[in-house]
Amino acid sequence: MNDALRILPEIVLVIAGVVLMLADAMMAKQSSRKPLGWLAVVGALAALAASLWQYELPPGTAYFGVVQTDAFSVFFHVLIACIVLVSLLITIDAVKDSTEGLGELFALMLFGAVGMMFMSGATELLLVFVALEISSISTYIMAGFRRKSAKSPESALKYFLLGSFATAFFLYGIALIFGATGTTRIEAIAAAVGAGNTPALIYVGLAMIIIGLGFKVSAAPFHVWTPDVYEGAPSPVVALMSTGPKAAAFAVLLRIAYGAFPLLHTHWVPALWWLAVLSMTIGNLGALRQRNVKRMLAYSSIAHAGYLLVAFTALSAEGIAAASFYAVSYAAMNVGIFAVISHAGEYDDRLTLIDDYRGLAYRSPLLGGAMAFFLISLIGIPFTGGFFGKFYVFAAALHSGLVWLTIIGLINSGIAAYYYLRVVTAVYSRPAEASPVMAVPRPSMPLLLALFLTAAATLVLGIVPTGVLARARQAAQTYPAFSQTAGTPLSER
Amino acid sequence: MLNDSILTWITFMPAAGAVVVALLPRKGRVIQWFSLLVTLVTFVLSLHLPAHFDYAQHGFQFEENHPWISSPAIHYHLGIDGLSLWLVLLTTFLAPIGVLVSWRAIKARTKEFYFLFLLQQTAMIGVFVSLDLFLYYGFWELSLVPMAVLIAMFGRNRGPQAALKFFLYTFLPSALFLVAIIWLYAKTGTFDFVELQSRLAGGGFAPEALAWVSLAFLVAFAVKVPVFPLHGWLADAIQEAPTAMAMVIAGKLGLYSILRFNLGLFPVQARAIAPLMIVVAVVGLLYGALVALAQSDMRRLIAYSILSHLSFCTLGIFCFALAGLNGAVYQTINEGLTGGALLVLVSLIYERYDTCDMSMFGGLAGKLPMLATLYVITSLALVGLPLFNGFVGEFLVLSGGFPVHPGWVAAATVGVILSASYMLWMVQRIFYGRQSSLVVHRPALDLNAREHIMLWPMAVLMLAMGVLSPYWIKGIETGVGGLANAPAATARATFDAAHHGQPARTEAVSMEKQ
Repeated sequence: MNDALRILPEIVLVIAGVVLMLADAMMAKQSSRKPLGWLAVVGALAALAASLWQYELPPGTAYFGVVQTDAFSVFFHVLIACIVLVSLLITIDAVKDSTEGLGELFALMLFGAVGMMFMSGATELLLVFVALEISSISTYIMAGFRRKSAKSPESALKYFLLGSFATAFFLYGIALIFGATGTTRIEAIAAAVGAGNTPALIYVGLAMIIIGLGFKVSAAPFHVWTPDVYEGAPSPVVALMSTGPKAAAFAVLLRIAYGAFPLLHTHWVPALWWLAVLSMTIGNLGALRQRNVKRMLAYSSIAHAGYLLVAFTALSAEGIAAASFYAVSYAAMNVGIFAVISHAGEYDDRLTLIDDYRGLAYRSPLLGGAMAFFLISLIGIPFTGGFFGKFYVFAAALHSGLVWLTIIGLINSGIAAYYYLRVVTAVYSRPAEASPVMAVPRPSMPLLLALFLTAAATLVLGIVPTGVLARARQAAQTYPAFSQTAGTPLSER
Repeated sequence: MLNDSILTWITFMPAAGAVVVALLPRKGRVIQWFSLLVTLVTFVLSLHLPAHFDYAQHGFQFEENHPWISSPAIHYHLGIDGLSLWLVLLTTFLAPIGVLVSWRAIKARTKEFYFLFLLQQTAMIGVFVSLDLFLYYGFWELSLVPMAVLIAMFGRNRGPQAALKFFLYTFLPSALFLVAIIWLYAKTGTFDFVELQSRLAGGGFAPEALAWVSLAFLVAFAVKVPVFPLHGWLADAIQEAPTAMAMVIAGKLGLYSILRFNLGLFPVQARAIAPLMIVVAVVGLLYGALVALAQSDMRRLIAYSILSHLSFCTLGIFCFALAGLNGAVYQTINEGLTGGALLVLVSLIYERYDTCDMSMFGGLAGKLPMLATLYVITSLALVGLPLFNGFVGEFLVLSGGFPVHPGWVAAATVGVILSASYMLWMVQRIFYGRQSSLVVHRPALDLNAREHIMLWPMAVLMLAMGVLSPYWIKGIETGVGGLANAPAATARATFDAAHHGQPARTEAVSMEKQ
């Protein structure tokens, strides 16, 4: 029973998902599936409550030590529950009553969240793998959900093929590490490495794992799938998959790098340094050339993965806290902007180009204002969550002596301002006579709720970040090996 | 006690007004009247500052200091000294004028306009009153956003492009500025201006690193001034921006920041780079004036004249003479006032004739005598005619700078002559000579009551600042006194020590200047 409490949010989500699928099967064929969405929302709320409640649990493991509940996993559980909750609201807003397979879509979102939550709590690489697959497979299916469009199945297939490839890398990495150390438990691996057991195999295994996770977080050079998938997938799904699985994959990367291989940091830190620089640069330069909003945001998400990796390379508790905080602030603003896009695009291929957004603020001041606000947060203007995310990340990097990485990163954020701002100016410029933006429907209640939650989160993170930061710091304390290194400047690597 | 919270009131009154504007109905002129009320209340509140300012005291007054975020240690620390006092007043004074000038010019999307306009006021005042570097950076960056969006939304033809250019020019250096701020925090553990100042003065930092840090500060500020050759955004932004924004886009924020942070935190580095800054200032001064001569669009001409006049301020700052610094600050205020008035006048002409092309005009004085009178007054103030504010500023800068860099300052006086030529030529082309067909055929009324109400206070102030300059200078001097006099004082001290065997007191030098 005690063990079950440690995976309570996951259990809640699974139950909600199963109930949802049963209800979907039993409902009349013609009736609207939207009420099922609200059922899913209830499930997500319950999971959120369960996750928050887990803060009360003393840290510990369950089921023979394969899952761990600690401040770190709970932090990500809460985050993932919130992301799924808001994504569900966005989906309810965007879909029509006639949209095919809605019941499945809602259920898949919940099941995906189960995978993401297990990822952030797992301490056994095999469970990590299983969780990764649960989350990925749900996302593959959801990416193909716009069945009438040619792009959506294409994106799903592309995502599936490349994703499976990456998962194979990940699994192969686990196998090699098992070969080298005889275990797949994270602490046991750390102990084996600590005992001086470091054959060449372990480096290859670690590299494979980093490649696999690099794909999942869409870090350059493993990012090529991102723009196509974001472009093809339904926007509400992109809201979820650009934040949830990424946050979970970052949690896994943190767990493995900091938990299993802290002693090999001289090897993986340079790798992450390069991943960070490449992701930031390729992401931002790629985004500059995009005319499609979703593709632009795909490249921007690559760049943001780069910023997050900067925090990893800081190799300090401060860096872990910064990365966790960044994941939250990025989730708030990115889900927010996809809420606007999915409403404007109505689950489909409307309003895909940046130019299509010309005059959104004239059609609907609320939607236009919200879009501009989230973009401004993505730029990283003060008094928004994006700014503090960026600030903490680069402060941690600079504190660890990573001067060049900080300069490269902040120059990148300057470049990024261009393409975000281009959308802001489009939103606020006068629309053409027959602009498609004029047909954007009035915001519905679930959308207003989603916008309110994300905007409020972005604003609160930008003005009083202390609460979330304290939780992020608490999460970082899970890695005692690094809680002392904060403040001792490391030389530029 | 009002003194303990007055700065918060002044800073956040417009932002609170902006929130209310967002909730007001889009009916009639409710939003305009409300915005006018907010800006007037803010202005009246700000009058508290000079009334209770203690001119005998150096350092910061009306201070508020509360912890905001514990880690990193960010404080909500506000305060003003003689340097920021009049810049705050200038901002609050121009705000109601900005509302009035937009009264008819902004016809559609008024809610968005006034919301952003008021937010911009808060950001600008925040820049002048923040004493925590982090808080300062927050307001600094915030000041870009409403400006850029307003240019994009209300630009005349190429608004979005001008907005992008403006934003990128200013945002990119801000990124490096942020690196510098974080570096300072990593080294000192504080964002507090006063504390940083004493830590940095205490030494113990790698000189090379400090040089880079101060350079990052300087570039970010210089773009915002703008200093030649970083002025690429200026002409387009002024041409496109709504007048209420064009009035405040250049000058004061950047020059204030150079004085406060570059000279205040990095006096050694600022002196090291001074020769370069003096050269670019003089080049900018002459370049701006020459390009202004070649313009046919009134707004662009004013934009380049602003570049030229702001270079004067840069010159005054980097001579490090007390008179020069006083003059630079005075000139910054003048530029905000006179340049602003000129832009208002041009917008009134534009409202009447839908063009800013000077070749379309001629003999306008016969049609619009009151407008012509005010235009001439403002132009004369701008070119530095004695009895007007421009004269005081230019004289102080030139007289302060001349002993230090006679050659460069002599070159700068050529700029004064050029400035008179392009301004008077503009007046002549628009208002005198034969009436052009546009002027003859397009019916237009002279100034109405609203236009009188916004122009006369500015005109009176130009004259008052020309005649009663000591009233303003005494405040400014308490602010910049600490930044100046190093070269002069050391020279003097060495001289005295050599000839009389005793070092002169630094105070003696500043006393003498008064």
